[in-house]
Amino acid sequence: MITVLYYALTAFVAVLLVRNFIDRKKWQEEVLYVIVLLPFVLRILRLK
Amino acid sequence: MSPMPTAMTMRKIVIAALGAALGAAAGLSFYQSRHLPEPVVPGPGVTAVKKLSDYFGPLEGTANDVNVYVLEGAEPGGAFLVLCGTHPEEPAGRLAGWIFAENASVSKGRLFVILTANRSASTVTRLGGAYPPDYTIVTPWGGRTFRMGDRWSSPLDQWPDPEVYVHYPSRQELAYIDIRNLNRTFPGRPGGTLTEKTGHAILELIRKERVDVVIDLHEAELQYPVISTIVAHEKGADLATLTSMMLSSEGGFAMGVENSPRALRGLSHREIGDNSDAVSLLLEAPQPFLDATRGRTDRALLLTGRDEFVVRAGKQGLLFEKIDDAGWPIDVRVGRHTSTILQILEIWSEDNPGRAVVAGGVPRYDEVIKSGTGAYLKDVKTADPAKIVYE
Repeated sequence: MITVLYYALTAFVAVLLVRNFIDRKKWQEEVLYVIVLLPFVLRILRLK
Repeated sequence: MSPMPTAMTMRKIVIAALGAALGAAAGLSFYQSRHLPEPVVPGPGVTAVKKLSDYFGPLEGTANDVNVYVLEGAEPGGAFLVLCGTHPEEPAGRLAGWIFAENASVSKGRLFVILTANRSASTVTRLGGAYPPDYTIVTPWGGRTFRMGDRWSSPLDQWPDPEVYVHYPSRQELAYIDIRNLNRTFPGRPGGTLTEKTGHAILELIRKERVDVVIDLHEAELQYPVISTIVAHEKGADLATLTSMMLSSEGGFAMGVENSPRALRGLSHREIGDNSDAVSLLLEAPQPFLDATRGRTDRALLLTGRDEFVVRAGKQGLLFEKIDDAGWPIDVRVGRHTSTILQILEIWSEDNPGRAVVAGGVPRYDEVIKSGTGAYLKDVKTADPAKIVYE
């Protein structure tokens, strides 16, 4: 049950990161958000 | 509509695409590493291949429902369990077990071999450790590739970790991450985490099969004081001491003895001895790859055990084992394990003729160094496909 909640939390944070990526104006910040997003996506897809 | 939003949108698409490509490449690498098949060609002595879930049903279908190789002799006798891959990132133990599974024959008693006690930990590498995903042992017919593995179960199989890990049943507080360390979760518990269930299943095997002696194979960094030694539960102190004396005088290498500390919980040498009738021993071989002061963490370091920075640490008196430019090659480490197991078998069988376990067909230290570990791994391509099993 706790594991499921953690996956839900990960997905929620990933959505926030995507939203922030869309809202950014500077390309450096966009790159930063993409890099930060990667481990969240890999965990949701159960790859790492 | 101004041109700026379009340019910005295009830029975001490009950055997102680059991120997706990076994620796909990393994800593919992680997937292949996690699912790399490791074939085993059971030798003539293997009379059955069981699953750990045969001893504890709830493990069925999990990453740690691992193979248990049973080598049963024609004559009745005792029972030994050789436990490999408790920490899969210490490959000499697994490779020594592979040699037993593919070459050993047993004439008296029963020998149980588990090659990947924590299979989940074999499917991942250390986060931030820059470990290679796998390594290849050269053989006369080509090579055999193995998963690198880690010390802890994969977070994909057991997640999240607690703030503090409270060991069961002692309630000793340990590092949070060690809740995924099989060698900190013995004796395990049936309703616990995957790693705890694995420890419980191994104890169930030991109890149900009336195992007399358990030998857990490990490797250690040279900066760790427990190295090149047998860590023995008090029930096995005499057996370990005699083995150490024989190996150090006639076996070709120095081997020490350490008492299993009563105050440190969760380790196989302590908990298996305390929670079953078995004598529990743990073997440590030197592995410079694990040293904190190592240089580049690659396959060459894993297999040769050569590292100039660890040598430099030795010159500063920071190590508990000798090292020079020759390093600690994998064949030396594997040979130490095979010879030590054979020596323990011999001494136990002499002292306990009614519970003897007599095994042959396994190379000793000097033979492994002379011919190489790969010489004792069978060619999967020429083996009967029906007999091949996978770890």
